[in-house]
Amino acid sequence: MELWDLTVHELSRLLATGEVSAVEVTQAALERAQQVEPAVRAFVTSTADQAVVEANTVDAARARGEQVGPLAGIPMALKDNICTRGVRTTCCSRLLEKFAPSYDATVVRRLQEAGAILMGKTNMDEFAMGSSTENSAFFPTHNPWDLERVPGGSSGGSAAAVAAGEAVFSLGSDTGGSIRQPAAFCSVVGLKPSYGRVSRFGVTAFASSLDQVGPFTKDVTDCALVLNAIAGKDELDPTSVVDTPPDYRQFLGKDIKGLRIGLPREYFAEGIDDEVKEVIMKAVGVLEGLGAVVEETSLPHTEYAPSVYYILAPAEASSNMGRLDGVRYGRRVEAPDVDTLYNRTRSQGFGAEVRRRLMIGTYALSAGNYEVFYQKAQQVRTLIVRDFEQAFTQYDVLLTPTSPTTPFKIGEKIDDPLQMYLSDICTIPVNLAGIPGLSLPCGFSQGLPVGMQLLAKPFAESTLLQVAYAFEQNTDYHKQRPQVTVGGESNA
Amino acid sequence: MRKEDLETVIGLEVHVELSTESKAFCRCSTAFGAEPNTQVCPVCLGLPGALPVLNKRVLEYAIKTGLALNCSIASQSKFDRKNYFYPDLPKAYQISQFDQPIAYDGYVDITVDGQARRIGVKRVHMEEDAGKLIHTGDDIATATSSLVDLNRAGVPLIEIVTEPDIRSPEEARLYLTKLKTIIQYLGVSDCKMEEGSLRCDANLSVRPRGSSKLGTKSEIKNMNSFRAVFRGLSFEEERQKEAFLAGEEIVQETRHWDESRGITVGMRSKEEAQDYRYFPDPDLPPLAIDPTWVEDIRADLPELPDVRVARFIKEYGLPDYDAEVLTTSQRVADFYDDCVRLHADPKAVSNWIMSEVLRLLNAEGKELEETPLTPEHVTKVLKLMDEGVISGRIAKDVFEETFHTGRDPEEIVKERGLVQISDEDELGRIVAEVLEANPNVVEDYRNGKDKALGYLIGQVMKATRGKANPQMVNRLFKEKL
Ligand SMILES: [Zn+2]
Repeated sequence: MELWDLTVHELSRLLATGEVSAVEVTQAALERAQQVEPAVRAFVTSTADQAVVEANTVDAARARGEQVGPLAGIPMALKDNICTRGVRTTCCSRLLEKFAPSYDATVVRRLQEAGAILMGKTNMDEFAMGSSTENSAFFPTHNPWDLERVPGGSSGGSAAAVAAGEAVFSLGSDTGGSIRQPAAFCSVVGLKPSYGRVSRFGVTAFASSLDQVGPFTKDVTDCALVLNAIAGKDELDPTSVVDTPPDYRQFLGKDIKGLRIGLPREYFAEGIDDEVKEVIMKAVGVLEGLGAVVEETSLPHTEYAPSVYYILAPAEASSNMGRLDGVRYGRRVEAPDVDTLYNRTRSQGFGAEVRRRLMIGTYALSAGNYEVFYQKAQQVRTLIVRDFEQAFTQYDVLLTPTSPTTPFKIGEKIDDPLQMYLSDICTIPVNLAGIPGLSLPCGFSQGLPVGMQLLAKPFAESTLLQVAYAFEQNTDYHKQRPQVTVGGESNA
Repeated sequence: MRKEDLETVIGLEVHVELSTESKAFCRCSTAFGAEPNTQVCPVCLGLPGALPVLNKRVLEYAIKTGLALNCSIASQSKFDRKNYFYPDLPKAYQISQFDQPIAYDGYVDITVDGQARRIGVKRVHMEEDAGKLIHTGDDIATATSSLVDLNRAGVPLIEIVTEPDIRSPEEARLYLTKLKTIIQYLGVSDCKMEEGSLRCDANLSVRPRGSSKLGTKSEIKNMNSFRAVFRGLSFEEERQKEAFLAGEEIVQETRHWDESRGITVGMRSKEEAQDYRYFPDPDLPPLAIDPTWVEDIRADLPELPDVRVARFIKEYGLPDYDAEVLTTSQRVADFYDDCVRLHADPKAVSNWIMSEVLRLLNAEGKELEETPLTPEHVTKVLKLMDEGVISGRIAKDVFEETFHTGRDPEEIVKERGLVQISDEDELGRIVAEVLEANPNVVEDYRNGKDKALGYLIGQVMKATRGKANPQMVNRLFKEKL
C-alpha cells in the first residue's frame, strides 16, 4: 500500500515507530496531488513549500525525543473559508481572491498544535452556497469516483482531496449538509458536529446559527481522532459550549446490541432514489445483524425544513456578508461615491448564487416581510427541533440516506437552483435542529458511492461514532478507493 | 389660537459611552485619543470569521444605570443586529438591542421652578459605537476622499430613551443635567460631551394644550452641548409653533442643528427611508440575567443624588438650594461631607464651598480633583475666621492662594503677617488719627450721612492693609462719634 493511501491512525503508528518520517508522508501526499490534481482539482491554493518545512520541524522534534501532538506529521487540507494566517482564504469568491487573513481560525490553531501539516486550501461553492462546488468562482472540482460528476458541496474540494489521497484528512463546514453530502458523494466519512461543539471563530460565516466545522476522514477512527483535536470550548466563540468533550476513541468498538435505531419515513419517501434506498436498507440489515433494534418512525415536520432553511440561512447570510463591502479588505471596484462603490463591488464580486441568496435574505428581513418570513420560519424551526427531541426519547440514533441521489453530472443541475436545493433535503433539518450528523460510506449504486446519515441528540457524537465504527468493522466500503483516471490512464 | 395655547412635547435619546477599559465585544482598548486604527482587532474590524464576545462589564454597567434610573431589569434579554451600509460600520451592522432592552420603565425626578417633575425612562439598551470618518477637504460635500478610523468601532454605549414627558427646552436641560449627575455618581461614564461620550438626540412636537394626541414630531440631531440642546430645542419649538399657527403641515423628518447659524435644517428624505432589518444576533447567545447578580449590583450602588440631597437637608439642616448645588457633583458632595466632619457649622461650610470653591473652580474651568484642595484647607480657613485671626476679606485671599498652591492657610497667614489686628489700644490710636485727618467727613456723618462711616472705616483698613478687626473698628468709631 502507498503512504498516501493510509489513514491517520495507520500513519501515526508508522511515524511513532520511526518506520516513516513526516517528510516522507508529506512528500507522498504532494506527489499524489501532483498526479491526480489536474483531473480532480480539489485545491485552490497549495502550501507545499510550507508543508515540507513543517514536516521537517515535526521530524526534528521527534528526533530530539520531544512529545509531539496526536496528529503530528499528518497531511491535511482545509476548506477555503477557514482562515489561515498568511495563507489566502478566498471562500472561492472573486471578492476575496487575494485576501490573506492576519489570524488563524481556532480549529486551525488546534490542528497545528496537534501537529497536522497543511497541504493547501480546498475548493468550495462560493461562500459555501451550493451543493456541487460548481459555484466556485475559480473552477469546478471533479468527483474522484467519476470525473464527469460533482464531488458534492459546498465542501467538495475537501471531500475530493481525501477521497483521492491528496490529504489524509480535511476540514469542511456544514450549514445545510455541506460536509455530509460531499462525504457521501466521495465515499468518505464526514461529520457535522453538534452546534457549539466546535469553534466557529475564524470560519467565514454563512449562517451563524447553522454553521459547524467538521472533518472528512477515510474511516471512523480517524473521524474520532480529528474531532478530539478540534472539539471544545473556545473563548473566542460565545456559541461554543462549555463542557469538556470526551476522548472520542473510547466509543469505538463498543457493542451496539440493543441500541435503538429509528428510520424516519419522511427520509425514505418520494424524491429519494430507489437504488439509494436499496443500498441504505442493506446497510440497515448489517446493523440489525449486530443486534441493533430498528424501527420505522416519523419526523412529521420534515417537509417544511427546506423552506425554513432557505429563509433563515439567506437571512443570516445577508447580514453576515454585509462586511464584504470593498472598504477595508478584499476586492474593490472604484466608484465616484460610496454607494456606487458598494453596488459595483458587490455585484461584480459575488457570483450569481450568492447574489440570489443575499437578495432572498434581505427580502426576508425587510420591514413587513420579517414577521411573514423570518419569524414564521423560526417558529417552524422550533417544531422541527421538537420532532427530533421527541424521536430521541425513543431512539439512540436515527438513520437516513445522506443524499437523495448518487453524484450527479457536472452541469446537470447548475441552471436549476430548486433541483440543486433538493439535494440537501436529508441534511438540512439536522442543522436546523443543531444535532450531530455523520455520513458514512455504505455501498455503491451503479459504481457510484452512497452514504448513510446517522443522527443523534445534541452532543452525542459518541453514539454516532460507536454505531458507525460497528458498521465499518463489518463492511469494507471504507477500504474501497476510486480509480482516478488521468489523461486516459487510471491511477490507483 | 396663540402660541401660549400650544404645548411642547419632547422625548430625548441619550447615548452614553461606557468607561470600560476594553470594547464591548473584543479586548481592544477604549482609550481616547490614540493614533487612528491602533486599537483594532479582527472582531472590531469586521474581518471574516471574527466573532463578538460580550464584555461582562458592559452588562454590569447597563444594569447599574438601569437600577439608578429606577428601571425594571429584564430577566431575559438579547442582542440584535441593526443592518445598514456605511464606511464607519465595519460589519455593515451595529450590534444593538431592539425589542428586549436590558432595562425599562424607569424615571428621573427633576425640579422645575421649585416644582417636582417626573420624567419617564422608557428603556435603557446596550449597543456598540461606530468608527469615525475623516474627510479630506473642507466638508463632506467637497471632500475628495475620506479616511476611516475604527478605534471607536465597538466601544460600548448605552442608549437611554425617555417617554415624551418633557415639556420645554429648559426641562430637557434639567433632565440632562440630572442624568449626567446620576451617571457620574455611578462611575459608568465620564459623560464628556466634547469627546462624544454623551450625545443627545431629541424628538419634538407641538399640540394644542389639553390635547392628549401627539403631534407630528421632528427628530433633532447634532446638538453637541447642553447649551446646544437648549438652543436647538428652543428654535425647533418656535419653528413648529409658528408653522402650526400658520396652518402649515409639519412633516416627520430628521433635522440637523446648525450651531453657527442657530437653526435646525431638514435633511434629505433619502437618508430617512432606512430599513434596518433588525433581527436577533445569532452570534450572541440570549442573556439570562441572574436576579441575585442584579441585587448584588443594587446593593453596591453609591448614594445617588436624590438620596444625598435629602440627607444633606435632614442631617445638616441645609436649605434645599444648598443641598441641590452641593450634590450636582459627587466629588463636591464627598468633599462637603468630609469638611463637615472637621467643622461644626454645616451651613458655614456650605456657604464657603458654594461661594469660594465653586467660584474658583468655575473661573479656572477645573474639576475639584484637578486642584490640590483638601477639606482641611477649607476648615482651617473657616477656623481662622471664627477665631477672629483673619477677616473675611483676608480669608478669601488666603484661600485663593491655597486653591492654587495647596499651601496651608495658617502658614500663609503667618508668613505674610496677615493676622488681624484686634488690639483695642492700637486700633483706637489709628481711629483717632483718621478722625483727626478727616474733619469734613466727620461733619458729614454727624449731619446724618451714613455713608461717611464706611469711608472712615475704609481709611482704617487702608492704614492696616486690611488686617483691622472690622467689628472692633466699627464699635470704636461709633463710641467716638
Ligand atoms: Zn477589537
